[in-house]
Amino acid sequence: MSVVLQAKHINKYFRKPVLFHVLKDINFQIEKGEFVSIMGKSGCGKSTLLYILSTMDTDYEGELFLSDQLVTGQSRAHLSYLRNKHIGFVFQFHYLLSEFSVLENVMLPAKKLAEKSHQEIEHDAMQKLKILNIDHLAKKRASQVSGGEKQRVAIARALINNPSIIMGDEPTGNLDSHNAENVFNIFKQLSEEQNLSLLIVTHDEDFANKTDRIIQMGDGKIII
Amino acid sequence: MTNWKVILNIAKTHLLTKIKQTSTAALGVTFGIGSYITLVCFMTGLNAMLDDLILNQTPHIHVYNEIEPSKQQPVSLFDDVNSSFNVVHSIKPKLSQKKIHNAVPIIDFLEGNKNVRGALPQVKTQIFYVAGSIEIGGNLTGINSVEETKLFNMSDYIVEGSAEALEQTDNGILLGIGIAKKMSLKVGDRVQVSPINGGIFPLKIVGFYQSGIADLDAIQSFTSIKTIQRILGKANNYITDINIKLFDIEQAPSLAKMIEQQFKLKAIDIKTANAQFETGTSIRNLITYAVSITLLIVAGFGIYNILNMLIYEKMNDIAILKATGFSGKDVQLIFMSQAMIIGFVGGILGLLIGFGLASLIDTIPFQTEALPTVETYPINMNPLFFIIGFSFAMLSTFLAGYLPSKKARKIDPVKIIRGQ
Repeated sequence: MSVVLQAKHINKYFRKPVLFHVLKDINFQIEKGEFVSIMGKSGCGKSTLLYILSTMDTDYEGELFLSDQLVTGQSRAHLSYLRNKHIGFVFQFHYLLSEFSVLENVMLPAKKLAEKSHQEIEHDAMQKLKILNIDHLAKKRASQVSGGEKQRVAIARALINNPSIIMGDEPTGNLDSHNAENVFNIFKQLSEEQNLSLLIVTHDEDFANKTDRIIQMGDGKIII
Repeated sequence: MTNWKVILNIAKTHLLTKIKQTSTAALGVTFGIGSYITLVCFMTGLNAMLDDLILNQTPHIHVYNEIEPSKQQPVSLFDDVNSSFNVVHSIKPKLSQKKIHNAVPIIDFLEGNKNVRGALPQVKTQIFYVAGSIEIGGNLTGINSVEETKLFNMSDYIVEGSAEALEQTDNGILLGIGIAKKMSLKVGDRVQVSPINGGIFPLKIVGFYQSGIADLDAIQSFTSIKTIQRILGKANNYITDINIKLFDIEQAPSLAKMIEQQFKLKAIDIKTANAQFETGTSIRNLITYAVSITLLIVAGFGIYNILNMLIYEKMNDIAILKATGFSGKDVQLIFMSQAMIIGFVGGILGLLIGFGLASLIDTIPFQTEALPTVETYPINMNPLFFIIGFSFAMLSTFLAGYLPSKKARKIDPVKIIRGQ
């Protein structure tokens, strides 16, 4: 099995207000098709780790590999490109561009990547919306759909460039149990049917228990 | 790699959803540019009119024989007193003729110069206008009226009668309007003039001359060169002044110097003679630009403010754009293009408003005694002003957009996403 994401000896410090060692020698890897969740108490550094893995935070020590390629030390422009092409994001708060339609929100990362024509992108976006059963919302403004629907739009957007990995920062944290269940099923389905890797930070034990692997964190270290 | 289509689409959506703020910002630019165009068209129109008032009828180079003392006094020619200290008291101007020696060949020579549009002979003299026992001092100038009309817009200042009439009528006179009023004369009447060395000549009034400068109109009259030569009892090569008009006014000082050296005559160029007009013009221009730039700076701050607000409102959007793969540069371009769109739309509207206002001013009646040919407020609609105005709109919005958009570029998405 090929390795999608690998972290080697990652250390991270917060310098303000006082020097604080947040992440201590983090080593792990995620293989293709794996559905991994990160659990831990508030403040143990799991979100911080996720943002390092997402390439958005570059202020750390150690090495990060994405599909066997070293990401650490790359230029910001290249990191943006990597995020665009290889990483899909789902956040706790839905973070859609509220002035754009659902369809446009989903299409945006693909338009940025600009590898396909407008028609192809639109077709792909409709496809992703269909997979998530929200194709009827395509023309609605993002601000006019419900919370659960927004999260599914966000997942569709994460999928649009067929990324190597999807990362989620408590994607179900803001949803009721029914919608949370729904989102989990979507993730599970993507993992099984499309062999997609997923890395989800969560507080929800039920959610974590159903994933392939749980990384338990405490005090900036990986416990299990 | 910049994907302009996506960036402009996002910019457009941002602007359209905040149409109120967008139009406020654009209106700032519109008023700035509009008032700049109006102001500059009006001010330069006024400048041109005031300059024309003097410069149109002023030759670019005026050549004449100056009465002045000899530069070298005889004592300095005498070697025996060379080593002693000489003081000459009561220097008198040298007696020389008023006429320009060999004037006709000089005129022919000057006409041959490729910079010269025309060189016109004039005969100037002091006379008295005689009405009964009253004698009013004045100037009578002999001119070639048809040529003067061509080169110095003479006909603009003839309020009754015409320049041709002067040419066609023997013993005709174009009387200054001030004298005509003093002596209650009208076209067709006769006026008696007396040159300084005596004699009285009746001349027929063929028209009135009004320069707009009252002092001048009260003394100055024109007649043909032949007539004045006859009054003075001189030969027909008696020419006292040569007025030269050039194609390029900038050549005036150098040509004047050349004439002085070559012919030993006095040659005054327009730049030296009317330096104060250029000062006035440049100061008026300075005021125009100072006011316009102030207006545009205010508009620029408006844009700066609105973009700053917009960026605070769009923090989440910026974070999400960055998280999904838009680089800092892309985000900066999104906000820059918003500023530039505001500048472009506001600028174009400003040009239209400026054009409209200037055209409106151009139709407002403006009549004054001093300017017989001006009927409406003067407007100088120069395409250059529109180009400058538009460039300035783009420049100021660029600067106003640059700082906020740079801030947007530097926003750390992690901080925004974690902050929630």
